[in-house]
Amino acid sequence: MIEIENVHKSFGQLEVLKGINLTVKKGEVLTIIGGSGSGKSTLLTCINGLEAIDSGRIVVNGTDVHAKGTNLNKLRRSLGIVFQQFNAFPHLTVLENVMLAPRKVLRLSKAEAEAMAVKHLTHVGLADKLNVYPSRMSGGQQQRMAIARALAMSPDYMLFDEVTSALDPQLVGEVLDTLRMLASEGMTMICVTHEMKFAREVSDRVAFFHKGILTEIAPPEELFDTPKDPNLQQFLAATH
Amino acid sequence: MFNTALTWNDLLFLAQGAGMTLAVTGLSVAAGTVLGVIFGVMRFQLGPYWFAPLTFLLDIFRSVPLLIQLVLGNALQSIMRLGWPPFTTSCVVLSLYTAAYCTEIVRGGISAVPPNTRRAGRSLGLTWSQDMRYIVTPLAVRVSLPAWIGLTLGVMKDSALVLWLGLIELLRASQILVTRLQEPLFILLICGAFYFIISFPVARFGGYLEKRWSPND
Repeated sequence: MIEIENVHKSFGQLEVLKGINLTVKKGEVLTIIGGSGSGKSTLLTCINGLEAIDSGRIVVNGTDVHAKGTNLNKLRRSLGIVFQQFNAFPHLTVLENVMLAPRKVLRLSKAEAEAMAVKHLTHVGLADKLNVYPSRMSGGQQQRMAIARALAMSPDYMLFDEVTSALDPQLVGEVLDTLRMLASEGMTMICVTHEMKFAREVSDRVAFFHKGILTEIAPPEELFDTPKDPNLQQFLAATH
Repeated sequence: MFNTALTWNDLLFLAQGAGMTLAVTGLSVAAGTVLGVIFGVMRFQLGPYWFAPLTFLLDIFRSVPLLIQLVLGNALQSIMRLGWPPFTTSCVVLSLYTAAYCTEIVRGGISAVPPNTRRAGRSLGLTWSQDMRYIVTPLAVRVSLPAWIGLTLGVMKDSALVLWLGLIELLRASQILVTRLQEPLFILLICGAFYFIISFPVARFGGYLEKRWSPND
């Protein structure tokens, strides 16, 4: 379970998170929508401790992420994250990209790590790209590799930060299909996205962020069909 | 010009000089690179503010002519009664000179690694040192290599200045022969050829590594 309690976060003068409360249960798919600068992406980087928070608490599997003495490197094994930019390691082949963390962090043997990597790369449809360098692949393929790389750590949760935003329109589908597949397999996911159709389809709940505040959270049918917050109504009208 | 008094023994003498040049350069570049990597990582981690005192010191080594550094360094070691032979003094001064340049090369190389790539690594649970070792180092080395090769070749030629401390390296060996045989053009030509022979493999090796790594980028 991920428990977010009254989290505040500022970058200098700008307060990007103004007291967020949110709980994500195991097996749940939560999508977060909202305008740019609403704090959605910042929340994800706070959950895995890449960004510090100013006040409040984020607890993942009973561990307070931002408490002093929390082993973040250990905690991050249970939180896979995929970013808008694919962030492939350009000097490593696809297989090596996926094998690196299982080898060095989980200390798997080479054979175990390779088997793990091949399994997840096959799962995302990249079985024929194992020995290719990332620069030789399309954005969609690189993003699927990034997903496999996160999955290879066997995380309990997957965080997706606008993973289709940097892709050409014709490549968005293949990445969303991969996410749908993970959702249907019962992976606990938090997806920050601008893909409303996708959000409606896969989510158990959808949360709407506006200027650092979570103004509405509900099952997708309810949130999309009968939005209560005027800002959400405006946002939905603008995206259609 | 082809009627020379130069003997095989003289050529051997030049080769020994070249050996001294190689020894001074090799030791200085090795030590200077180790120091440069340490300083470069510190410079990157600490930021310009906390590293300012060391930046100032390294700036001195980069801006004062090497000849003056060598002479002052030698004077300093004798004032401090360290009793260093000229070879040690030369290597110490040249190492610091190399380190001053190498620090900037290393800092530049680390800065060239995209922060997002490193965040991705840390998100997978890699520690800072694992991130440095498996992601930053390979990428930074690729970026820094051409500048580092240039530095090495530069130090190899600058090392000629250690003749002022009495070391008989390649240039000093040539001077001695010029004085004795009075054939300056011919001997300097051979001296230049020697420099080329010891520099060329370094340059080619750099080119080879760049080529080997480039298809992955």
